[in-house]
Amino acid sequence: MDIQGIHSILLERFGESVVGSQTFKAIDPWIQVSAASIVEVCTFLRDDSRFLFNHLNDLCGVDYLEPDAKKAAKFGHEPHVEVVYHLSSLKQRHQLKLKVVVPRWKHNVEGQLPVVPSLSAVFGIANWHEREAYDLMGIHFEGHPNLRRILCPEDWIGHPMRKDYAFPLEYHGVRGR
Amino acid sequence: MIETEGWHRTAQVEFPIVFVAWLLLMPLTPVDNLEAESAEREYVWTLNFGPQHPATHTTLRLVLTLDGERVLNAVPYVGYLHSGFEKLGEHLDFNQYVTIVDRMNYLSPLANEIAWHHAVEKLLNIELTPRCKYLRTILAELMRMHDHLLNLGTTALDLGGFTAFLYFFQQREHIYDIVEMASGQRFHTSYTRVGGVLFDVNTDWVNRVRKFIKEFPKVYDDVDRLLTKNRIFVDRTKGIGYLSPEDAINLGACGPVARASGIQRDLRRDEPYLAYEDLDFDVVCSRGGDCYSRYLVRMRELLESLKIIEQAIENIPSGPVNIAVDSDMVLPAKPSVYRSIEGLIQHFEVIMPNKGYEVPREQVYAATESPNGELGFFIVGNAETRAYRARTRPPSFIHFSMFPHLIKNHQLSDVVAVLGSINIIAAELDR
Repeated sequence: MDIQGIHSILLERFGESVVGSQTFKAIDPWIQVSAASIVEVCTFLRDDSRFLFNHLNDLCGVDYLEPDAKKAAKFGHEPHVEVVYHLSSLKQRHQLKLKVVVPRWKHNVEGQLPVVPSLSAVFGIANWHEREAYDLMGIHFEGHPNLRRILCPEDWIGHPMRKDYAFPLEYHGVRGR
Repeated sequence: MIETEGWHRTAQVEFPIVFVAWLLLMPLTPVDNLEAESAEREYVWTLNFGPQHPATHTTLRLVLTLDGERVLNAVPYVGYLHSGFEKLGEHLDFNQYVTIVDRMNYLSPLANEIAWHHAVEKLLNIELTPRCKYLRTILAELMRMHDHLLNLGTTALDLGGFTAFLYFFQQREHIYDIVEMASGQRFHTSYTRVGGVLFDVNTDWVNRVRKFIKEFPKVYDDVDRLLTKNRIFVDRTKGIGYLSPEDAINLGACGPVARASGIQRDLRRDEPYLAYEDLDFDVVCSRGGDCYSRYLVRMRELLESLKIIEQAIENIPSGPVNIAVDSDMVLPAKPSVYRSIEGLIQHFEVIMPNKGYEVPREQVYAATESPNGELGFFIVGNAETRAYRARTRPPSFIHFSMFPHLIKNHQLSDVVAVLGSINIIAAELDR
């Protein structure tokens, strides 16, 4: 099924407050879903016989920010964080890209991580991907059974893949730069 | 059911005392109770497996909870080799990052390069020349063999069979030679470029590949006779690390691991890329779901890869290996850089940090069937000369996350069998 068909079915089922409208002109067209209902939408996409999106290929976060004020005009995006989900169906052989857009910090208070519901109950594979996104990108996945750092040490400070991340000067006596 | 068979077999053969205990306990208590009960017992102990251990091959760490020899639980800890590859991808341009991608799955460096440039070319909307498609297909399949040969060899080595390892390693040497003839490097080749490859190959190379195709089946048969029906090998792998098809889908298994669980998934067939559409090959599947099935799938895939290489090498089209030179995204050929001013200018335009071409503001995800499974790259372009975000979807990461599920209730000695069968590469796992 093509993305326009999926989009219209989702729109019918969940309404406009959940599913954003898109142009579908991108190389990989996507559907934007509100953060609060991502679990519901993914469960529906997984179980409905028209879609059967049973495989989560990838889950990752993207941080949109230009720290340099001079370049901000050319940057072309408002600062925000995206969580990108790539679903595919092993039976129907089609793919879908979903996006959840959240602010960089919860309530715009620096240091408070944005919250996205966890998909680990829907797709087992999401467990480690979400831990990685939490660790590197600083997204809090609500309802995750074990949301700890995975690639960085547990006492690491900051989220390295964020665009405004400053590399530490030292870590346990090891010089950083 | 398979788990109890494995338990029974090991207990009977190797651990008579444990077997007696099993005989006493098993009829009385169902497995679940036994597990809960044994977790409270004093002699449940914790074993730190890794980060450096000969059987982990690289730096993996497992914390195993053991009841005697039985693994009650395993908790993997990763990140020991985390070197920030994805962050580097945001600072290096598309040709430079190839050198980093090389070092992810170092058993099959070229397969990573092909996957990376597959994604980049999707972002830039580049259609490769037919010759380049065939060349990359041949190299990708050689890398599949390269990876499987080492994986099968070391699995046998970990389980006590040294001969198969040496036999297969000798064949890997031949593949090294072939890769060296093409790219000038044996290991970390950095051979692919945006829109093509570094050099074209010559007739000698083709003959070398033909020679390899001719010689390989003999060694394959030797190892097949050594391992496939070897009683010790079969006993150590059959029924161990069972992964059901449902779990394989839910936990996101891909590549040989998924196919050994009966999932008919192969990106070469499902979403054909490069020249796979023109070539005839079978997708190897098995229903067993255990370590032995994963071994069988990998063994059989060696022959399928050989079949693909044989077809591709005989049908490789002539013509240029890079896309049109006037495209501002492609590095010119080295002779033209050294001998003409146009080539030199073009080279500078691509290479210099403040020059280069801007990529569209798009997000693309493209995956190839790497030896280990679906190796995907998710690239975000933002009208810059570099990737705004270069995310890797590493198959090792996904397979290692399902390790606790696979090893539960098996013996300590089965840890290496399961680790070998899912082929964890720490450099790719941690990036």
